[in-house]
Amino acid sequence: MRIIRFILLTLFALVVIIPMMIVVLTTFKSTSEVFSNILGLPSSLSFKNYVSIFTEQPMSRYFLNSVIVTFFSVTLTLLFASLIAYSVTRMFGWIGVIIFSLFTLGMMVPAQVNMIPLYQLVYNLGLTNSLLGLILVNIAVTMPVAIFIITGFMKSIPKSLFEAATIDGASEFKMYYKIAIPLSLPSIAATAIFLCVMHWNDLLYPLLFITNNDYKTLPLALLEFQGEYATNYPLLFTGVLIASAPMILAYLFLQRYFIAGITAGSVKG
Amino acid sequence: MNLKRNKVLLLFLIPGLILYSIFFIIPTINAVIYSFTDWDGLSPDYNIVGFDNYINILTNDSIFLKAMGNNLKFMLFVLIFQTGFSLLFALFLIKNTKTNVFLRALYFFPTILSSVSVAFIWSFVYDPNIGILNTILGYLNLEFLQQSWLGNQNIAIYSVAVTQVWFHTGQMLVIFVAGLQAIPKDLYEVANIEGASRWQRFRYVTWPMIAPSATIVMAYTTIQSFKAFDLIFAMTRGGPNYSTEILATLIYTTAFRSFEFGYASAESVLFMIIIAIITVLQFRILRASKVQE
Repeated sequence: MRIIRFILLTLFALVVIIPMMIVVLTTFKSTSEVFSNILGLPSSLSFKNYVSIFTEQPMSRYFLNSVIVTFFSVTLTLLFASLIAYSVTRMFGWIGVIIFSLFTLGMMVPAQVNMIPLYQLVYNLGLTNSLLGLILVNIAVTMPVAIFIITGFMKSIPKSLFEAATIDGASEFKMYYKIAIPLSLPSIAATAIFLCVMHWNDLLYPLLFITNNDYKTLPLALLEFQGEYATNYPLLFTGVLIASAPMILAYLFLQRYFIAGITAGSVKG
Repeated sequence: MNLKRNKVLLLFLIPGLILYSIFFIIPTINAVIYSFTDWDGLSPDYNIVGFDNYINILTNDSIFLKAMGNNLKFMLFVLIFQTGFSLLFALFLIKNTKTNVFLRALYFFPTILSSVSVAFIWSFVYDPNIGILNTILGYLNLEFLQQSWLGNQNIAIYSVAVTQVWFHTGQMLVIFVAGLQAIPKDLYEVANIEGASRWQRFRYVTWPMIAPSATIVMAYTTIQSFKAFDLIFAMTRGGPNYSTEILATLIYTTAFRSFEFGYASAESVLFMIIIAIITVLQFRILRASKVQE
């Protein structure tokens, strides 16, 4: 049994590591070298692919677009979602329940269901080929999960804390940012990581709304490299590495939080 | 006092609710409305065609049926292997030793990559000429197994399914580990005293106790396999010859390649209904099996 366990664990580790290793090694090879030497080490440590991808493509533009879209989508989703979570938690009567159900129902609707009317709407508003359009749609789409996670957490804050603060004359807004937010920080952080990974990696909405190079995000840009470079794997993988670098770096340092955050997102989503 | 508090709290809802209504609720309702039209997405006017789109899809559209079949094949393959592997590895890695924590983090790693990146990596794995898989099979003198993994219509959908399993097994493993760690240790002690075998301990202690985690994993895996749009789009675009087309990619192709917005909307409404049915069934079945335990 112990031997079987060891063999299986090692095999799966290799299945994860080998493709990743080869991706990294391939970025240092030329196209012809990939053909002659698929799995081996590159003959020299050449950064040619990195140089050519930055000179041939507006890589830094794509990178910046991804940063802007992810940053504003995540922070605004968290802001609006935490306000709603607070409101739903504190509200009397059935309104809160209805609002909460309205949002959680949204988790059941796959993105492909409303993408056609959504495309039409964004087009009519003149928001195609704009980062603002992407951000607004991202917020609307991820709010249900965020509200679900944060509300669950805020509900566990003892009611007596709010009662005491009310007696001391605190306003609802003050209680929101002085009590509810600090006490639900773990769930907000988890949601933040989950949303970061999701928005950074999203392909569907950029694919629908963006055609102009100035507004492309990294996943969409990568997808179009495929048409341009076909099976030029060294260049494609250089793109893959650059696009994944921020998430990989963050994962190296914040592993536990990534795992907790993405798990919270998947359990609730 | 309570009413006054509610009034203030209603203000908190405004920004989120407005965005959600405009960019989510209304488009979802519009999808249903468009589904009864023959709109092409370009011209300003369209005709109401009643249930024609739905009737056509269900009686006269072999591609839709094929996509649905592919979706089921893809889902079943991913459901069986992803749930199986993640549970098996979770059982192996249940203790929080240093090696185990490292391995869990390693297995989880693919989850943080974008579907496009994963699609590129696996396109290289599967490349018929210079692919990693065929090269390794060559080294092992197993040339007869070499394949055009994504080019062969009979196996392409399973090749993509393997990628999906690679992509998300680590994510499901973490959910199982959390579930396993929550099982009280005395249950195992009792089982040991009663002389239970390893299999009996799993069957009568672990399995019933892990049922809630299994529900979550299977429900999530199912939904995730229906939503594998990004991965399939970047890997095969649904080809060759619709052999990897799933409903999500078919809706996109119908709408934005053939410009049949009305028809695609009907497909998307059916898609939503199918997902709802599967979700409900799944919870019913898992709940029933839990009661029996």
